[in-house]
Amino acid sequence: MQLDDLYQEVILDHYRHPRHFAALRDDETLVDEENPLCGDHIRMAAKLAGERLTDLRVQCTGCAICTASASMMAEAVSDQPVSAVRSKIETFLAILRGEQPPQADDLGDLVALRGVAEFPMRVKCATMPWHALSAVLQRLSVAK
Amino acid sequence: MSVLTSKEPAEIQALSPQTVRADFPALDRIFADQQRLVYLDNAATTQKPRAVLEATRRYYEESAGNVHRAVHRLAAEATELYEAARQRIAKFIGAPSTRSMVFTHGATEGFNLVAYGWARKFLKAGDEILVTEMEHHSNFVPWQRAAQERGAVVRIAPILEDGTLDRVAFARLLTPRVKLVAVTHASNVLGTVNPVAELIAAAHAIGALALVDAAQSAPHLPLDVRALDADFLAFSGHKMLGPTGIGVLYARETLLEAMDPFLTGGEMISKVFDDHATWADIPQKFEAGTPHIAGAIGLGAAVDYLERLGRERVRQHEQQLTAYALERLGDLPGLRIFGRAPERVGVISFALDGVHPHDVAQFCDQTGVAIRAGHLCAQPLMHRLDVPALSRASLYLYNATDDVDRLVEALQAAQRFFHAT
Repeated sequence: MQLDDLYQEVILDHYRHPRHFAALRDDETLVDEENPLCGDHIRMAAKLAGERLTDLRVQCTGCAICTASASMMAEAVSDQPVSAVRSKIETFLAILRGEQPPQADDLGDLVALRGVAEFPMRVKCATMPWHALSAVLQRLSVAK
Repeated sequence: MSVLTSKEPAEIQALSPQTVRADFPALDRIFADQQRLVYLDNAATTQKPRAVLEATRRYYEESAGNVHRAVHRLAAEATELYEAARQRIAKFIGAPSTRSMVFTHGATEGFNLVAYGWARKFLKAGDEILVTEMEHHSNFVPWQRAAQERGAVVRIAPILEDGTLDRVAFARLLTPRVKLVAVTHASNVLGTVNPVAELIAAAHAIGALALVDAAQSAPHLPLDVRALDADFLAFSGHKMLGPTGIGVLYARETLLEAMDPFLTGGEMISKVFDDHATWADIPQKFEAGTPHIAGAIGLGAAVDYLERLGRERVRQHEQQLTAYALERLGDLPGLRIFGRAPERVGVISFALDGVHPHDVAQFCDQTGVAIRAGHLCAQPLMHRLDVPALSRASLYLYNATDDVDRLVEALQAAQRFFHAT
């Protein structure tokens, strides 16, 4: 396994220029999670418009894998129906577990993170934003 | 055994890392991708010399009885080996007797043992425990917990910009309310060697006890608990060439006698009745259950190995190599070193501009260079330094300048990769 498989160009691009990233106020932050092992830290804010997830914003301090995963995720799920977001979360986490889910093609650029599954010590870096997003959906559905 | 003659106090013969390396099978490791291991994570754990592997193997192959119980030959051999190890380790740290030497599973258990057996018994509401900002979680969280239970308070002495202890603030915080000063001998992040003898004397002057975290010093520095006048001192075997799962708590005999037991069960009792029990004499009072016999024997062998190399000689080699590493790393643009104490061990934490520590460590690993990345079990210190995480290279007696060169090459590769647009 080569590092180029881990750090693909599209990943580096998202790391250097993350999308949907913003500094969040405490009162709008829905989820605040930290990986106690490496210090990666992620906060998220979002809203619901009907059944759609909107205005997703991410504040993330992390490694290239964590940052890129958060950025690509935000791009992939913004303004999507909540049901589609849930299915993307499941598909992505399955891929990172080394499985081959049938909906893998729906993930677009995110398949670039598939190589992370070969680096067990880094899987958590890639999945942390997705677990946080899952918690965001939970918060929003409770608040509804 | 590649050991040169030691004990020339005036002129110490330089340690030859090439010769020393031959004693460590793991350092011959070549991975499937043909990369040779460069092991620079010694502050986390160290590799083991053949002498240690051989001593533990021999126990399991020949003398695997339990200690302090049966009368048969294997039990007698095991007991003899176990107690002989205790004696050699006691001598290694200058302990006045083996009664003051408790085998633990590591430094962490040592601190917890004191937190349960001493702090929970003797601390009162309003009492204080003084630690420093550079403590490892293991010399921090046990005091936090004990203090919460007893209504006591943990005070934290800050560090200065160069990573040394703020002695003025320490003196100010050292009030008569302080009952215990718990301080690291050498920082696992900054490399700083604290003036523990002076800090202990200051603690004693106001009537407090002093505990030393020697996890990062016992492997590297000559250590003498009597010269330091320490009340408690704990370290781990695996950071000093020994097996994992074994460590030592040194404590004054009078303290051990006054303390409550930590773990209870077999081995640590004197008499057991239906409704109560009495305790064995020290140190057995603190060694409930079957101990890590092979580990203790292995640690004894590790201590012998370090003595044969000569601790002054190890120290000299590491100081030269640390100076070389600081110079090479310091020359890299965009690299910031955290901790510039004049008295230090070979633990070097750094940040590389624009490259997260995790990615730094991944790049190093790609070329076989093992370093650590993360909060290094020192979150309060990370907050103080205002970094989410750091990369850390830590040196030991088998490392040489070529290891540092390989690290520098890996860091340059990471910089080129992440800074290319």
